[in-house]
Amino acid sequence: MTQATIPQVSGRVRFGQTRRHVNVPEGLWLSCPGCNQMIYCKQMQEQLHTCPLCRHHFRVTARQRVDMLADPGSFEEMDAELASVDPLNFNARKSYRDQLAESRNRTGNNDGVLTGRAFIKGRPAVLAAMDFFFLAGSMGAVVGEKITRAIERATTDNLPLVIVSCSGGARMQESTISLMQMAKTAAALARLHRAGGLFISVLADPTTGGTTASFAMLGDIIFAEPRAMIGFAGPRTIANTIKVELPEGFQCAEFLQDKGFIDRIVPRSELRSAIARTIDYCGK
Amino acid sequence: MVEKRARKKKSNHAGKQRPAAAVADRTGGASVTAGESPAAERPAPVAGMGLAFEQPILKLERQIQDLLVLQEEKGVDYNAEIMQLRDNRTALLKKTYQNLTAWEIVQVARHPSRPQTRDYIELLVKDFEELHGDRRFGDDKAIVTGTGRITGHKVMLVGHQKGRDTKEKVACNFGCAHPEGYRKALRKMQLAAKFGLPIVTFIDTPGAYPGLGSEERGVAEAIAVNLREMALLPTPIVCIVIGEGGSGGALGIGVGDRLAMMEFAWYSVISPEGCSGILWKGSQNAPDAAEALKLTSGELRKLEVVDEVIREPLGGAHRNPRAAADALERYIDRSLRELGALDAARLVEERYQRLRRQGCRALQAD
Repeated sequence: MTQATIPQVSGRVRFGQTRRHVNVPEGLWLSCPGCNQMIYCKQMQEQLHTCPLCRHHFRVTARQRVDMLADPGSFEEMDAELASVDPLNFNARKSYRDQLAESRNRTGNNDGVLTGRAFIKGRPAVLAAMDFFFLAGSMGAVVGEKITRAIERATTDNLPLVIVSCSGGARMQESTISLMQMAKTAAALARLHRAGGLFISVLADPTTGGTTASFAMLGDIIFAEPRAMIGFAGPRTIANTIKVELPEGFQCAEFLQDKGFIDRIVPRSELRSAIARTIDYCGK
Repeated sequence: MVEKRARKKKSNHAGKQRPAAAVADRTGGASVTAGESPAAERPAPVAGMGLAFEQPILKLERQIQDLLVLQEEKGVDYNAEIMQLRDNRTALLKKTYQNLTAWEIVQVARHPSRPQTRDYIELLVKDFEELHGDRRFGDDKAIVTGTGRITGHKVMLVGHQKGRDTKEKVACNFGCAHPEGYRKALRKMQLAAKFGLPIVTFIDTPGAYPGLGSEERGVAEAIAVNLREMALLPTPIVCIVIGEGGSGGALGIGVGDRLAMMEFAWYSVISPEGCSGILWKGSQNAPDAAEALKLTSGELRKLEVVDEVIREPLGGAHRNPRAAADALERYIDRSLRELGALDAARLVEERYQRLRRQGCRALQAD
């Protein structure tokens, strides 16, 4: 799991009163991985964490994602207190407990997803955002439970559901328990579906493994951010299995749209309005 | 030839000695015979012939076989020795199989002669009528589907097939299904629900196929849709991991009212090799990973991920497929009887509650 650096939090982001602040030394300039140009950090942040030159979409924390999508001050977080108990006592090379503690400190959250009620351009919704900076956004029992509760809340309250996925897949350190979260979230979505509820699934870079193979691919409408890596098996695993060089752009959002698995690629700047419009057409 | 002669010599030797001593000698394991024959003459473990930890058992079995042949050829009575060796073999089997490590269990689950879906179909399904294809793209041979009778129950059977010989293995992609396999399974399961047939699934896959076509045709979407649809199918679904339960590829036909595991099957979010690759940058630590992943039937029963462990015959299902099939049949029969008593609404509600509980014990409020 890569130790991704948390992008600098912009000034307008407010943390919950109990949340620890993310302390990352502020760099003025950074090199954009999309165009290799030096860009001004502040400008990048002001443009929803995209490159002012090439529109490369930088990864954002769950909190930043919520702030980008929800109307200011409207996000009422649910189940923030849920935390993992390390059910397998997983201790292979690294202790899972240590990894959890480190991720908690780094992100200020108990686990890898934020869920809650929010207004999106004035439309009430249930919103969930996964956090790649928490153990690669992986889904264990906590993420699975929070997502399931969010789905159930959308079902009972008759609200549209928006989940922004950004995840390496099921969480290895909780093994089969993580795997079962795929079944649990999908079953909850089956009930939402049966009740006629709307689920907008937004896929951000990256969305892979067990997350893709469960709720992320079950949206009534599936949006993806430009160039987001989306797939099931990792590209290295595939290359090792079939011993063939993978085509250019394989498993990126554009590839998936081309193959018919994504409804539309939506740039971050248009995401809020795309969601709002979809709710107007499909929501109740 | 050299090997045969060496063993003959040993057998003669054993025959002349007091049997008990000879037998005690042999149960000691591989190192015991080293003094009797040069190292070069010792039978080398052949790939596919047995697992490393089974070698002492296989050696005993060969000795029994040799004595039987010798008895026939020379007309000498070796019955006492043979009986003693058989007792020892049974004791050794018991001891070995009661103390398998997680990694050894993974090896048993992958044993080349372990019964697969088609073997169980032959052993316990009557009037099996295979139904091919997903009516979208093709017929994935990594997943077998069809109707048949198990004890008194008419069922729709869905199971991974890894393949026995090389040709079949290649055709089945070693049990790694493509999206069309999951869509084929779903089509047959929907058919079952329409006509009120309960569904029985046999899980035995290293994982969904990681390849270009698999991704292009949306393997993640296919699995996801199966998870969602299986949650609501108004017919009983009984799932059994018979061998390997490799991640999403296993779960794709694994959502139901009951989840059981054969005793020496494994089920995990990632293979031990894959886990080792992530943590140690190589597959050399797969045994440690297997331990950490808690992937054995016993551990998963404790974690309440599986409802029941189906006991295998002594020394694993590959030693006695008939007995394994009988145990499997009893489990399916009992489960279908229990589930058959519920009306569809209650069935689906209880299925949801069963899934809903998954992982809830792994949580705390901080």
